[in-house]
Amino acid sequence: MWTSLFAPAKWQRLFRNLPVFGEGFLITLQVAALALLLALLVGIILGVVSSGPSKILRGIARVYVEFFQNTPLVIQIFFYFNALPYIGIMLPVKTLGVLGVGFYTGAYISEVVRTGILSIPIGQMEAAQSQGFPYLQAMRTIILPQTITIVLPPLTNQAVNLIKNTSILAIIAGGDLMYRADSWANSSLAYGPAYICAGFLYFVLCFPLSTFARHMEEKIKKSQNQRPEPPTVNKPIKEQIRTDEDVSLSGLLRISGMKPTRKEA
Amino acid sequence: MIRMEHVSKSFGNLEVLKDISLQVAEGEKLVIIGPSGSGKSTLVRCINFLELPTSGQVYIDGQQLTAKNRTKVVRNSSSMVFQQFNLYPHMTVLQNITLAPTKLHHVPGKQAEEDAFKYLDIVGLREKAHDYPATLSGGQQQRVAIARALATHHKIILFDEPTSALDPETVQEVLDVMIRRSKENITMVVVTHEMGFARMVADRILFIDEGTIVEEGPPDQFFENPKNERTKSFLGKILR
Repeated sequence: MWTSLFAPAKWQRLFRNLPVFGEGFLITLQVAALALLLALLVGIILGVVSSGPSKILRGIARVYVEFFQNTPLVIQIFFYFNALPYIGIMLPVKTLGVLGVGFYTGAYISEVVRTGILSIPIGQMEAAQSQGFPYLQAMRTIILPQTITIVLPPLTNQAVNLIKNTSILAIIAGGDLMYRADSWANSSLAYGPAYICAGFLYFVLCFPLSTFARHMEEKIKKSQNQRPEPPTVNKPIKEQIRTDEDVSLSGLLRISGMKPTRKEA
Repeated sequence: MIRMEHVSKSFGNLEVLKDISLQVAEGEKLVIIGPSGSGKSTLVRCINFLELPTSGQVYIDGQQLTAKNRTKVVRNSSSMVFQQFNLYPHMTVLQNITLAPTKLHHVPGKQAEEDAFKYLDIVGLREKAHDYPATLSGGQQQRVAIARALATHHKIILFDEPTSALDPETVQEVLDVMIRRSKENITMVVVTHEMGFARMVADRILFIDEGTIVEEGPPDQFFENPKNERTKSFLGKILR
């Protein structure tokens, strides 16, 4: 049985047809790269918005994130592929893959960015505003650069997921690596070698990224352990986004200077 | 220079400031003192609209602050020094100081740096220009924060408990810088617990309790002859 699944003749067939995999690999790479750009764009905008002062924008971002995170990617892709043509929107399959995977991953990246921003002490935004920086400029020059090291590992993990998720294109004949591997396997019957080869190529893309993410994470952990606790009180920025109704008692005490432990003369 | 009219501020049901009206003249040094939770920090944060008053108006140089124009007005009128310094940790000391002048006030990079060094000299930290804030002591960080505030050439500097988070041995170095700057024609509003400093620097002292101005006056009169019972009891507790 094993010999028939991985018969040497099948491997020979595979190596003769490697260019098929190469083409698929390139398309996967293309789609992944463009989708990642889109996902970063969507994710950063929504992440900034959902940690920002506007309740309405926050609500919109929330709905987006919940919607894309809580429905299967397959449905989203099928919807673009099968339903959109009914309203006259027909997109090339590759574009569809970029949009589908990009919008989907954007939701996850938005959460990464949001938590990154919330981990920056509120005093940073206050200092920027006290100098007269407009909100978005403060975000861009002061807050976001500080989040980069924090969000890089989870962001890289999202990139890995994104690359793997582009294989969804296989079910709508997207011409990507998974699709090529599968259709070639169907015609050559060399299923074993075909899937192993495709899997290997995905692995080659993803493994360095995951390793990089883990490495970064450890580096951050180390530098945090080394650095003595900064004298600043880390009030997370989220406390800044407080409306009069939802202010908590402890927040209240702090902002009005009534923290009982605070040294008073 | 600064005028507050009937400013109130509530957080939920808690009224932190109650109908505060006050004026600060150009070049005046106003020191605000008061017990914990009296609203003094909130008051000073209302001057640059880090807290938006629930009601009442704030005028800077005759211009009324609104949620819309605050960024612009604040950019051109006031700087703030925080209890927690709030230096930008991803930038060097020099970059911290030049950021606002170059990005907001269109000062050429070179001139901004020269300026920054001038203010670093004033706070005695020229040699730290290329270090990152995390490598400095609290007192040094706060001196950098003061240099950062000075570098924008604003007429108003707000100090929100600038020495409360410092180790006792570094308090004086920060106060010294502030005392020296107080000789200049800068309008300073200082929330502090340092009574010696208040007495030396203030033109006027404001005592706040439970969100209202209880008593105000020049330091001599304020410390020697407090009129209000609450002022007396507060001073009695801290001046021993």
